[in-house]
Amino acid sequence: MNESPWKDRKEPAGEPTRRLTHGALERTGSDGQALRPAQPVRRRARAPELWLLAVSAVVAVLPLAVNNVNFHHVLIMFLIFASLGEAWNIITGLAGQTSFGHAAFFGIGAYAAAVAYFRHGISPWIGMAAGAVIATAVSAVVSYPVFRLKGHYFAIATLAVAEIIFQLFVSWSYVEGATGISIPVAAEGLATFQFHTSKLPYCYITLAAFVGTVLVFRRVEESRLGYYLRAIKGSEEAAMAMGINPARYKLYAMMISAFITSIFGSIYAQYILYIDPFMVFALAISMKIVLLTVLGGLGSVWGPVLGAAILIPLSEYTRILLGGTGKGIDLIVFGALIVVVACFQPQGIVGLMRSHGRRRAERGVSGDARRDATAVA
Amino acid sequence: MDATDTRAANARPLLEVTGLTMRFGNLAANDNVTFNVHRGEIVALIGPNGAGKTTCFNCVSGFLRPTAGRVVFDGIDITGMRPYHICRLGLTRTFQIVKTLGDMTVEENVMTGAFLRAPGKREAREVAAEVLELTGLLDKRAKPGRSLTIAERKRLEIARALATRPKLLMLDEAMAGLNPTEIKGAMDLCLRLREAGLTLVVVEHIMEAIMPISDRVIVLSSGEKIAEGTPEEVAANEDVIKAYLGEKYHAAS
Repeated sequence: MNESPWKDRKEPAGEPTRRLTHGALERTGSDGQALRPAQPVRRRARAPELWLLAVSAVVAVLPLAVNNVNFHHVLIMFLIFASLGEAWNIITGLAGQTSFGHAAFFGIGAYAAAVAYFRHGISPWIGMAAGAVIATAVSAVVSYPVFRLKGHYFAIATLAVAEIIFQLFVSWSYVEGATGISIPVAAEGLATFQFHTSKLPYCYITLAAFVGTVLVFRRVEESRLGYYLRAIKGSEEAAMAMGINPARYKLYAMMISAFITSIFGSIYAQYILYIDPFMVFALAISMKIVLLTVLGGLGSVWGPVLGAAILIPLSEYTRILLGGTGKGIDLIVFGALIVVVACFQPQGIVGLMRSHGRRRAERGVSGDARRDATAVA
Repeated sequence: MDATDTRAANARPLLEVTGLTMRFGNLAANDNVTFNVHRGEIVALIGPNGAGKTTCFNCVSGFLRPTAGRVVFDGIDITGMRPYHICRLGLTRTFQIVKTLGDMTVEENVMTGAFLRAPGKREAREVAAEVLELTGLLDKRAKPGRSLTIAERKRLEIARALATRPKLLMLDEAMAGLNPTEIKGAMDLCLRLREAGLTLVVVEHIMEAIMPISDRVIVLSSGEKIAEGTPEEVAANEDVIKAYLGEKYHAAS
């Protein structure tokens, strides 16, 4: 472990410990310039956080401005699915591992909160925490063996496991099997996580959880883990040659993703107050998460938000307006949108906006270009 | 590590490959290959197409588990270890077919490698800046990987590997597909890296590029080592001429 020209552990204490090179390399800098730690390219790294602030401010005011129960419902569903998309985006958008089984974690979370109160009279918040831990553990057990393989095994495994868990819940009497659980009505309040007179508290709890989720996504994306995940998505061989164990980091991504997904399952259960396996373990939930993220933009922080902003109002309003007869219309429209996106802009709406922004920049009309121009002048 | 350990490590070659054999079915891509690499050397691994150079690379760097033989790096037996473990010990490689991370910027590509030893983003970015300066990619750092030319991608491969702060760097045809000016630049880079104390093992086809910079040359043919020595010795070796030009030309000459 000694003798490395790059190792600086044995350098005198006064030397900057971050120095990569020693004299020999430093002399070779072009034009005799010392290789100083260059100014990092200042990306507008904080911009997504500002956007998040703006979006959450708008979402916080909207339910007050539009005091309509249906609208509140759509807003809550939008926030839940945008967050599910963010969670899914960690494992699929960043790490490139397609999961078709996120409904499994959603359902586990929903059942954990429901069973905690229904069976044991325990606070749903504790159920939520337990569910998140169980979902994380399940995701680890399922993913670890397949992450060591390459190819499509992971996608198939997630699909299969979601189906197995669904069947398990259908015939498990402890969770009331196919009948489902009607969560007993309790006094309103944050402690019981039940609100009967207004949907507004649900709006704000979900909004808080959504903000937390976006921040987690950003945190992952900008951290070393995020770099590693994107490298793994790009090329596992390249990642391994850089000292990255792909299976390990894919596992971390999956566990974070499952944890968040489960929490929103719990929120959903407490909001609807009735769950059965066909609702929360449905393939349609996994698919909605996939579709809305792909439509919005895979791997981008705003992708799932944009996708959910289109899909969720579409599916909820068709359901509200058309009732049972409208079932599936949302997915037909959405499927068509996906085909269009896949053909013309695989990067989704976010990609569309980016390439539009680039074109503007090339024509020299973007704010950036103008700023740069004035800076030079 | 105490002083005796350090002395022992210095006396030992940095890389010891003993009896390396890699079979794919009946084909022996490497057959009983043995060689050493000493600290501070540039060792070239040459041979005609299909000689087993890349297989040898893959076995040493952990991408293939050899059928038989032993690979010892810096006193540690790394035979059959996974590539990411080997990289952590200080041995890394580049790929003949470049694996640029196209969705990431040049800087992000290199930072990913730097994270192996840099604790935080700021440090990783500083390491990246230094390595990019060294490889002449600093002005391209904000560009996405996929926008680079092939020559730049080859340099980015090297930059990314350097960012992991290796002791031994293995370059798999880092000069293939480059024009003469670019080859000259790559040669200079290799020499600079050696000057900095790095040890290099280089697979290369371009003899004019590899002969002047190598301290030692190892020649593989049909999976076996047929010659080893200084560039001059190897160039004069009859077996080598035969392997490259064929029996007919050898007889005629």
